[in-house]
Amino acid sequence: MIYEGKQKIWADYQKEIPDDHYFYVRSCIRQSFFPASEATFLDITRNRLGKDIFETEHHTTCGGIAYHSDTIPQETVMTIIARQFALMAKNGYENYVCSCITSFGLYCETMETWREFPELEAKIRENLWKTCKLDFAKPKFLIHASDLVYKYRNLIAKQAVHKLVNVHTGQPLRVVEHIGCHYSKMFPSKGVGGAEYPYVLVGMIEAWGGEIVDYPERRHCCGFGFRQYFIKGNRGYSISNTHKKFESMEPFHPDFIITNCPGCPYFMDRWQYVIAESTGKTYGKDGHGIPVLTYEEVAGLVMGYDPWDLGLQTHQVGVEPLLDKMGIEYDPEKKYLGKGGKDIGQPEPCICMK
Amino acid sequence: MVDFGFGLVPSSRINLDLFDKQKYEELASVEPDVRKCMSCGSCTAVCTAGNFVTTSLREAIESIHNGQPGKALEMLGSCQLCGKCAMVCPRGINTRHLILSINKIYGKI
Repeated sequence: MIYEGKQKIWADYQKEIPDDHYFYVRSCIRQSFFPASEATFLDITRNRLGKDIFETEHHTTCGGIAYHSDTIPQETVMTIIARQFALMAKNGYENYVCSCITSFGLYCETMETWREFPELEAKIRENLWKTCKLDFAKPKFLIHASDLVYKYRNLIAKQAVHKLVNVHTGQPLRVVEHIGCHYSKMFPSKGVGGAEYPYVLVGMIEAWGGEIVDYPERRHCCGFGFRQYFIKGNRGYSISNTHKKFESMEPFHPDFIITNCPGCPYFMDRWQYVIAESTGKTYGKDGHGIPVLTYEEVAGLVMGYDPWDLGLQTHQVGVEPLLDKMGIEYDPEKKYLGKGGKDIGQPEPCICMK
Repeated sequence: MVDFGFGLVPSSRINLDLFDKQKYEELASVEPDVRKCMSCGSCTAVCTAGNFVTTSLREAIESIHNGQPGKALEMLGSCQLCGKCAMVCPRGINTRHLILSINKIYGKI
């Protein structure tokens, strides 16, 4: 093997990620699925790492859900996106970071379409002025929030309170990483490691002391697939996708799953419950499921945040076995208490899954 | 167990190693036209039996290629040999003869 040659090839799979000064946009569905993840991202980057991450209450959805469900035309979506970019420029930023993988894929698609069809870009420029009276702008760097956490992974590791290590055995935790399809499968050059070797989550896990699990269906879709889930008659296909992944990873006994997409953690988490309650099958040890976490939640656990402040009680699969392995102290009594000790209610107990 | 109104769908995975090349060559020697099929589905579109039961010559030929001859025989079991498919086939395949040959070779009639 010629080492320099390999280095040169790997360099083609890298992505330039600026160190600081970002305009941040949130995700519609992550805020309802795992509401503390985005707050954790902002707290870590701003308060723990001292970075300049700006967000405005004026930004909206990217229109991705409607676009992928074929309910609005592409030009409408592009105008919405142009408005987001214009807000970034208006606030004096040129680096754009988004929380959602669907949005990230759509932004990449839109930028590529504008590059390919300049006349369409001119039309959107006109639409933006007519509808919002805003000047058209494009970001210099388009980044996903997981790219940024990947960039800061070593800084986070320096402040680590807990490592991804089983404190009882001293062995690294076995982690399944799952990349959102729209992160790098659509535009491989826009993701760290491309579509062949996505490294964004692997880099985090390795930096924080964990061990990556390789399994046959590693790059299989989580099963969300928009219309496969939205239409109830098609949900069998959605859950079957997830089932295929879990059957494939089960023999490797992963301790948890890390994801960087809004849909993936939701479906891999909730479908474990549905599979358990409809077939009796569970994939974790002793009737438990395999916890599925977002990268912000994992970063938060590593940096010593309280699990319930990270919103881990909103996951269907209980995270307590993982917390015990990592040696993280938690108060079970406070699991379902929100801010100011307010009772946020408890889900009905599961029949088959602990 | 809880009924959610949906559930796991059976796997559609196929194993191409199960394709019986020897039998297929036997079929092709009797009925060379089998190689002409381009899976356009015209035969299935006009199939009288296909309106009531799962009869599809297109799918039967696909099943043979996918190493599922049992499924192919099941598909053709309710064929009435009316010949409408032969009339619409753009490749001019003698579909009735082909169906009989598939039944003879794969069904060991």
